Amino acid sequence: MIRYLAPLVLFVLLILVFIKGLDPERNLNELPSPFLGKPAPQFELPSLTDPARTVGSASYENEMAIVNVWATWCVGCRQEHGFLMQLAKTGTVPIYGLNWRDNRSEAQRFLQQLGDPYVDSAFDEDGRVGIDWGVYGAPETFLIAADGTVLFKQLGPLSRGLWEQNFVPLIERAGTTQ
Amino acid sequence: MRTPLCMLLLMFLASTSFAIDTNEAFDDPELQARYEKIIDEVRCLKCQNQTIKDSNAFLASDLRREIRRMLEEGLTDEQIFDFLVDRYGEFALYRPRASGKTLVLWIVPGLLLLGGAYLLLNIVRRRMTLPIDDDMADEG
Repeated sequence: MIRYLAPLVLFVLLILVFIKGLDPERNLNELPSPFLGKPAPQFELPSLTDPARTVGSASYENEMAIVNVWATWCVGCRQEHGFLMQLAKTGTVPIYGLNWRDNRSEAQRFLQQLGDPYVDSAFDEDGRVGIDWGVYGAPETFLIAADGTVLFKQLGPLSRGLWEQNFVPLIERAGTTQ
Repeated sequence: MRTPLCMLLLMFLASTSFAIDTNEAFDDPELQARYEKIIDEVRCLKCQNQTIKDSNAFLASDLRREIRRMLEEGLTDEQIFDFLVDRYGEFALYRPRASGKTLVLWIVPGLLLLGGAYLLLNIVRRRMTLPIDDDMADEG
């Protein structure tokens, strides 16, 4: 009996592996961040709008924050900008920008034209802080807990749907445990 | 004869002009060799089927720059790979380490090989015990 059953079981297992591998919902570009549940990297950079001022992890110490990696060359960043503006108006969580590998004057113009949803944007010209954060494709959006732990990382443009699905439950949970 | 030969030789020249990494070589050839080996084993996450040696994405050039810096600072290969795995995860390495979640990648091929050998051995043994069939010669 087992001689006939074993190949069948193996076959079914193989099919399951294929189904998982071919799942159309699966996004191959989306890699789990190694920082999830761990402290977010510390950083300090000049501000995009005023080089004399510094922005960094100290700016959102002891409060929950969003760190949004963006650049003017990034199409997805334009796409999500409208939603970030709405989100900033609600004042749920302060949004900090990490302007990654960009041109300062172009980035400033971007914010003047489309509005500035950020409390402040850090200017990461050579991409070194981006590397420390494991950034590999803007836009990326990190949710940082008040104690500095990375709760979530969204790859790709943020939208109301993704916000409600991925961020809101985590923010509410953090709110009740505090 | 000379023209085709020249053209053939020129084709070989052309490939070097497409080199992605435009950094100057290290003075120390040993360091350069380590550098080239490392960048050939790190995945460019922006362009996932390329190593950072092959890719001209700026993320790849940033990572090459960081790796150069770390080599100059005297870090070991292991420390450099740790730096990358801490930030980008095990997926960044083309040659995953034999630990944790990636252990399965290292073990399964061996298991499959053993399983195949076992099957083969069984089949051969069974055939050896079969009586030699003289009718075979008459067939066909």
